[in-house]
Amino acid sequence: MRFERREHRSVALVIATPVLAVLCALALAGVLIAVAGAPVMEAYWRILVGAFGSRLSATETLTRASPLILTGLAAAVAFRARLWNIGGEGQFYLGAIAVAAASSHLLGGLAPAVQIPLLLIVGAAAGIVLLLVPLWLRLRFSVDEVVTTLLLNFVAVLFVSMLIDGALKDPMAFGWPQSQPVADAAVLPKLLARSRLHIGLVIALVLAAAVHLLQSRTVFGMQSRAAGLNATGAVFAGVPLSRTLVKVACISGGLAGLAGALEVMGVQGYVTKDLSPGYGYSGIVVAMLANLHPLGVVLAALFTATMFVGADGMSRSMGIPSYIADVTVALSLISMLVGVFFTQYRIRR
Amino acid sequence: MNAVIDIFASAGLWAAVLRIATPLILGTLGALLCERSGVLNLGIEGIMTFGAMIGWLAVYNGADLWAGLLVAALSGGVFGLLHAALTVTLGLSQHVSGLGVTLFASSFSYYVFRLLVPVAGTPPTIEPFQPIVVPALSSISFIGPALFTQTPPTYVAIMLALVLGYVLFRTPLGLAIRMAGENPHAAESQGINPMMMRYGAVIVGSALMGVAGAFLTLSAFNSFFPTMVQGRGWICIALVVFASWRPGRALIGALLFALFDGFQLRLQTVLNGVVPYQIFLMIPYLLSIAALALMARRARVPQALMQPYRRGER
Repeated sequence: MRFERREHRSVALVIATPVLAVLCALALAGVLIAVAGAPVMEAYWRILVGAFGSRLSATETLTRASPLILTGLAAAVAFRARLWNIGGEGQFYLGAIAVAAASSHLLGGLAPAVQIPLLLIVGAAAGIVLLLVPLWLRLRFSVDEVVTTLLLNFVAVLFVSMLIDGALKDPMAFGWPQSQPVADAAVLPKLLARSRLHIGLVIALVLAAAVHLLQSRTVFGMQSRAAGLNATGAVFAGVPLSRTLVKVACISGGLAGLAGALEVMGVQGYVTKDLSPGYGYSGIVVAMLANLHPLGVVLAALFTATMFVGADGMSRSMGIPSYIADVTVALSLISMLVGVFFTQYRIRR
Repeated sequence: MNAVIDIFASAGLWAAVLRIATPLILGTLGALLCERSGVLNLGIEGIMTFGAMIGWLAVYNGADLWAGLLVAALSGGVFGLLHAALTVTLGLSQHVSGLGVTLFASSFSYYVFRLLVPVAGTPPTIEPFQPIVVPALSSISFIGPALFTQTPPTYVAIMLALVLGYVLFRTPLGLAIRMAGENPHAAESQGINPMMMRYGAVIVGSALMGVAGAFLTLSAFNSFFPTMVQGRGWICIALVVFASWRPGRALIGALLFALFDGFQLRLQTVLNGVVPYQIFLMIPYLLSIAALALMARRARVPQALMQPYRRGER
């Protein structure tokens, strides 16, 4: 048995792959649910109901999808250029804490129309800084950025933990380690009354479209794809590799930082150590499920958010650990990898 | 300054070094073996988590401590098989596949743990490995407690470093593994099957990672809790580069690292309240990054690392 490269990749196959991958992951996770002694179909039905069954749960799922779209885009943009940014989690937290600090100490007095855009820039900038460090280490010392971005996640979370337990600690929080809240003028407008859904979703959708245009219609988009497909070839063809990677890092780190900023300004209002249930890491799965396509990221983020929100409800009523959502999402990543392979290769005996 | 000297003069520090180093030694050796054959295994963090969970669970359910380690090794081997199938047979991106294995293995361990162990106020515990106190030798000042009051897996880890060094550099099998990682085409022309070498190295290497995780729950602590691996796997990946892909240096690197870690833990109590404790907790990660920056250019990377091998393709 051997593998032979396909001459043509049919569009239908490419579109069907993520669907098949998700179905495959759901089937495998179903085995785990069955082993736990629960009826599988009912569990999945409860997940769906938990995620979309009521106005509250549907808005909650969309609220959860917004940061996932952004961290997914962050990973997709970087991976396209073979910049392995696994540091989304750290960039998310740094963006969040930067916004909390800036709003509670510097910009708190400004009107919303000025303060909100400024804070979003601050959050994005914090994420960018955290990604430029590993990129610099790669360009200057040839250090693989996978490991450095991963390690910096731990550093960033500890840094945030230090601030919310020290310099930025909220004195009104009864001793809990949480940051001072952002100013009232920094709170994002809601999309729907009586829900947590805020305009962060719109920002995320607009940015997904913008990234798509940037990648498909501009010289920079072409250069970043070339850098990912074949770095030496790209340099030979006159692509300024370092400069392209710096730009990619700015977009990627900025998106992840922005995700953290929006989460603070739109949902929680202050930073705690559990602000992110692994948004940075899930972003990687979202990007891979979307096959790194910016518009696909939106759908993949929706799927991931559905699993997480739905599994919470299902777990309470059926006694299946809610970690089943993490397992399903991880399995869908692995099945997607295999699926993409078979859109490119066929088996020959 | 006196405080610093006091710390280095305390026997407790030196006894702690080997204990802190053991999971790092095992994990680094596992990652090193994989990479020598040409496969980067970022599954390490998840494999260690699963090893820690399943090893503990086996002992909690009445298995012998050594059987717990064996179960952890087997589980690591299974995840290694998965990683090898994805990266060797299919030739997928080793970065993404490894991260996929980590995400799957860690979430799967939390799922199994939550399912089988009911939520309780205090986590259930087991009776962990007890230190072997070698009579006479252990009473030598400094060296005694550091070297002769460790638990059995620590001695096994040190021996494994020597064994792996011998196998990789002194046996035909080691040569074949290294060829698969340097130039699989040349290996093939010598009648070596590079795919087989990579499969074997990744499975055995991942088994070592599983044992590294199990050491945490069966010797260093006595219970399992989520996120207990805390980036130790990623630190091992950094240590492999620091060690320039040599088992002996991996041993030294892990010990050096553990010395720093043990030192900062004790400095924390001395400087309690003056410097936030988070600063100290950052040190291991920052140290790993510094070590990478220092060594990345100088280290001799296996030439075919991260390059998939497909027969008849260049």
